Amino acid sequence: MPTGLMSNKSDFTRVTTDILIIGAGGAGLRAAIEANEMGIKTTIVSKSLLGKAHTVMAEGGIAASLGNVDKEDNWKVHFTDTYEEGVQLGNWRMVEFLAKEAADRVYELERYGALFDRTPEGKISQRAFGAHTYRRLCHVGDKTGLELIRTLQDKVAHTDVRIYDEFVISKIFATGGKVTGAMGFSMREGKFYVFNCKAVIIASGGVGRLFKVTSNSWESTGDGLAMAFRAGAAIMDMEMVQFHPTGMIWPPSVRGLLVTEGVRGDGGILLNNKGERFMLKYSPEKKELDARDVVARCNYKEIMEGRGTEHGGVYLDISHKGAKFIMEKLPSMYMQYKEFAGVDITKEKMEVAPTTHYHMGGIRVDPITNMTNVDGLFASGEAACGVHGANRLGGNSLIDLLVFGRRSGRSAAQFCSENSIHDVSDTEIEEEIARVTKFVERKDPVNPYPIMNRLRETMSARVGIIRNEKDLQVALDTITEIKQKIGNIGVSQGIKFNPGLIACLELENMIQNAELLVKGAIERKESRGAHTRSDFPGTRDEWHKNIVFTKAGDGIEMSYSPVEDPPEDFIVNVKKGR
Amino acid sequence: MQTVKLKIQRSEPSSGKKVSYDEFEVPVEEGMVVLDAVHYVENNLDPSLAVRWNCKAARCGSCAAELNGMPKLMCKTRVDTLGDHITIEPMKAFPVVKDLVTDVSHNYEVAKKIPPFTPKPEMKSPFLINQIDITRSKEFRTCIECFLCQDVCHVIREHHSDYFGPKHVVKIASLDLHPADCIDRSELLYHEGGLGFCDITKCCQAVCPEDIRITDNAIIPEKERIVDHVYDPIGRLIRVVKGRKW
Repeated sequence: MPTGLMSNKSDFTRVTTDILIIGAGGAGLRAAIEANEMGIKTTIVSKSLLGKAHTVMAEGGIAASLGNVDKEDNWKVHFTDTYEEGVQLGNWRMVEFLAKEAADRVYELERYGALFDRTPEGKISQRAFGAHTYRRLCHVGDKTGLELIRTLQDKVAHTDVRIYDEFVISKIFATGGKVTGAMGFSMREGKFYVFNCKAVIIASGGVGRLFKVTSNSWESTGDGLAMAFRAGAAIMDMEMVQFHPTGMIWPPSVRGLLVTEGVRGDGGILLNNKGERFMLKYSPEKKELDARDVVARCNYKEIMEGRGTEHGGVYLDISHKGAKFIMEKLPSMYMQYKEFAGVDITKEKMEVAPTTHYHMGGIRVDPITNMTNVDGLFASGEAACGVHGANRLGGNSLIDLLVFGRRSGRSAAQFCSENSIHDVSDTEIEEEIARVTKFVERKDPVNPYPIMNRLRETMSARVGIIRNEKDLQVALDTITEIKQKIGNIGVSQGIKFNPGLIACLELENMIQNAELLVKGAIERKESRGAHTRSDFPGTRDEWHKNIVFTKAGDGIEMSYSPVEDPPEDFIVNVKKGR
Repeated sequence: MQTVKLKIQRSEPSSGKKVSYDEFEVPVEEGMVVLDAVHYVENNLDPSLAVRWNCKAARCGSCAAELNGMPKLMCKTRVDTLGDHITIEPMKAFPVVKDLVTDVSHNYEVAKKIPPFTPKPEMKSPFLINQIDITRSKEFRTCIECFLCQDVCHVIREHHSDYFGPKHVVKIASLDLHPADCIDRSELLYHEGGLGFCDITKCCQAVCPEDIRITDNAIIPEKERIVDHVYDPIGRLIRVVKGRKW
């Protein structure tokens, strides 16, 4: 029934579909392919233009234990690396799926048309990456994400999956613990749409833009996470934010922009202002290729103890590999330093510092089906939670998108074949239209951007790489204060392509997410993986559990969820714990 | 403090708002790009200014615009390369949605017409492919779909022909040069794609932010393939007999 309906008060178009996928990055697109192949009517919406999602920025590669370069590699080693470097906070079943299904997903992507770099024998080449025991990352130079999203995008474009891009979903409807639909508006048309559907898959990415210094693109405001929370879904491990060791630091315009781990994977070394290769001291065995949380803290320590560079970073040097190698393996890195910083990385050192990169936390899902505790609501990709524990390994997020994108599409399709479409009441629709339009109808609206910037600055300053109770409390107080100030935010002009309006909606989501994140960080009184508390150093056994948030009326309910140990024979050859 | 003057085109054709220019004065920071300046306006002076952007790292190709008349990515163009007066206009080859945002959906329609990658039936998965065989396709795969090449193409801008445009020739070249692909797209490119309209002025190549040699490596070889396929009956016969793509 995709016909336009006129209600008494407002105009909106009603679209009926089986599955609505929110987000057209790697996870969303892969879910769409799967659901469509199973004969289920699928619609995908994206806040950006199709093909521009944050996945496009992934650089170094996609992890799968193909054993093309190091023959000893297998899924158990991949499992062990992922689970142990996630400091045993991940869900072992999800890690098992990731490690076991990775190879199939990579070869499938190749059959879809992706062209990976090759070994001399003509197989898919694999490069070394931090804390992966073997060379495991299949890659396309340093543009792996671009190849991945373009391949999936082409695949979806040639199906009958309906695509709505530059489209903001503002609300997921759920009644009695069941999803009934969602609604939002087309940015280009400036019109509201209501989706009646059986299942919703949230694949809308992470929360990186909560922080001022971030490698994340415009979209990563955690809209899906906040909407899922409001619809009743449980949110887990919110405090687990990955800071990537190497982001650009100068000029200010590109502060936070990612410098791929591939630079270190391909032989790049980290130096302080005295020219010392400090990783030899902190991690003599893995050196620059230790896990991201470790290297990020080492960089931070060097900078804080006065051994940093002119602009407050450390040096990353790959120039010894020569221009030919760098241009072939790291062309984007060459471009971004040349264009933005005027630095020639084939001859000069890069200046880098840690940057907010990834959210291991997110929407809690069933490890087998990727369904949340809300019936018919699924999540996958960065928006979901459970695979990476307290620290994600490089290359594991791209494979996460494919493995769990597919799994979520599959189980949502299964769910659709067993369930029927629900109705969304006119009252709910009217309420949501009123909520959105109030931002553009206010007289003397308050500009949302300065408030958003204040939130982001607070998060970077107080909830960063090394945390403590005092700073976290200041952050929480600031969030509470900001919350009271957003009553009059708004913007002039209408719904149509109005960035200020989207900022208003995002700001509400960001505040919601920031509050959960900080509360989780205050609650976890230990240091585990990416979450480092200077007032509670070291991992503590009593904190071997997940912190879970659910909505309780207008408030937040916090609970704990125990972590199940994996079968013993899954863990191979490496030390247990850190 | 040093400042730069921005002159930004505003309009919203669907609601009858005609083209006008707003001027803004923006403080300059070291290394600032044009998108930073536009963000300053959006954040502090006019939050309703419509601009499409995403990664701000020259990876996604969202923020294409005409800067002092030149098609460029706003995120990749440093303010100090343009002087202290910058005129920012939307891409002119596409209909304006609002302000700096254009409707590029036609490109996605064209993309659907291009037959997708189809592996040769004899290719067994996992594929065995030599590195040297992927290098030519690889150049085209760096395309970030910013549509600057479409914008600058005078065939698209002025002649309203059915020419697919350089971006789509690049896409077709990337598929044609995929060592495992078995589809012949030259007939499509010749007839429906209108490649004959291109008179190789190389403007597309000049504006490509990824430095893809669009004319030299995609358009001209595709034109040559068309000549072989469409105008060479003997070659065609040989291919039919031998069952070869080229």
